[in-house]
Amino acid sequence: MASTLLAETPRGGFSFENCCRNQFFEQKGIKAPTAYKTGTTIVGLVYKDGVVLGADTRATEDTVVADKNCSKIHYISDNIYCCGAGTAADTEMTTQMISSQLELHRLNTGRTPRVCTANRLLKQMLFRYQGHISAALVLGGVDSTGPHLYSVYPHGSTDKLPYVTMGSGSLAAMAVFERGFKPNMEKEEAKKLVRDAIAAGIFNDLGSGSNVDVCVITKDKVDYIRPFDEANLKGQRQGSYRYKKGTTAVLKTEVKKIPFEVVKKTVRAEPMETV
Amino acid sequence: SYGALARYRNLSRVMKVNDSAAIGISGDYADYQFMKSVIEQRVIDEECLNDGFQYTPKSLFSWMTRVLYNRRSNFNPLWNTFIVGGVQDGEPFLGYIDKIGVAYNDPTIASGYGAYIAAPLLRDAFEANPKMSLAEAEKKIDECMKVLYYRDARSLNKYEVAIVTKDGTMIKSPIVSETNWEVAHMIKGYE
Repeated sequence: MASTLLAETPRGGFSFENCCRNQFFEQKGIKAPTAYKTGTTIVGLVYKDGVVLGADTRATEDTVVADKNCSKIHYISDNIYCCGAGTAADTEMTTQMISSQLELHRLNTGRTPRVCTANRLLKQMLFRYQGHISAALVLGGVDSTGPHLYSVYPHGSTDKLPYVTMGSGSLAAMAVFERGFKPNMEKEEAKKLVRDAIAAGIFNDLGSGSNVDVCVITKDKVDYIRPFDEANLKGQRQGSYRYKKGTTAVLKTEVKKIPFEVVKKTVRAEPMETV
Repeated sequence: SYGALARYRNLSRVMKVNDSAAIGISGDYADYQFMKSVIEQRVIDEECLNDGFQYTPKSLFSWMTRVLYNRRSNFNPLWNTFIVGGVQDGEPFLGYIDKIGVAYNDPTIASGYGAYIAAPLLRDAFEANPKMSLAEAEKKIDECMKVLYYRDARSLNKYEVAIVTKDGTMIKSPIVSETNWEVAHMIKGYE
């Protein structure tokens, strides 16, 4: 495109041009492609030494399971991870964008990024898009000020809490948290509670299913355990349905030669293969 | 509640039918009052017959399903969800009936918000211990009602329980859960 020498500086904000086009399509009866959602259960929990994040692994397209084992815990930085619920593309791209922005910020400051920075970046971006980016996130990490856990909503509001759940299975998971949460839990207790909360979502919510992924973040290291619990293994076949050789009795064997005549012979030259 | 206004804080949503059955109601209170008077009258009529038979939980469940489904089919529903519970032939029974006539029975039943919040807890508890004692069951119910008070914006910390055993029906009311708000100390600000 040699003709555009002076490109226009892009105007900030969301461009709503395509919304007009989409409305026109709807009027004409052309249906929009359905979003690939992660009807989900995602949870986060602050325990004694850090943060435990948990997620299920089912991705749905309306009522069909699109991915039986997708990864919903996304990397933001070495000490910060983020679970995502809502439209799969939105959560994936948003977390990747914030991850790269945070990496640039880290190189600029020379310090380990803080969770509140990631939180600010996420909410500022999501608010700018006025909720059209359908990403509901559970952001957790440990930085120099300690362990932090945030829940970020698609419209851009955030909550800073000791335990959070998001997604379609959030009520089931929250019920388990409300029953079992105590401040300053031990690591194994916290992992078990997170696993129980995700299991409640998996078994009681149709939008969540398959396995439980867990990510434990502490000051020194991150334990990304995928899968933590394979709660829904496909049933193993107990026997073979194959018939044993000799089940069908052979009564008679006859060997016949099939007569065929040569109709045409062609000789073709094939060029040598050169690199 | 009246929308978001906690208008009546003392309404009973649980009713004893006879010594082997009780029902719990959610939805429109006026429709419940209508159903209550119909059931009470039927129980009285039955007592007058004096034939030694009583409404069993399953027969009550079956009759109520038919009534609700019939009303729905005539576009005049009773806007309620009923939970019928009782003991029949030594076996406990729990059934759920909707305003559209959806009816099923299960060892654990929950309606409204309870279906999202309490049902997972009850299912876990039942799977872990299908033969729990009355005390354990009451404790589980209290736990569920407590979590519902925490998470349902239109709820109050007061509830009633109907207990049906082979010895009869008893209604305990009002019960207040002990709530724990210690976690509030850990929350400051929103970012």
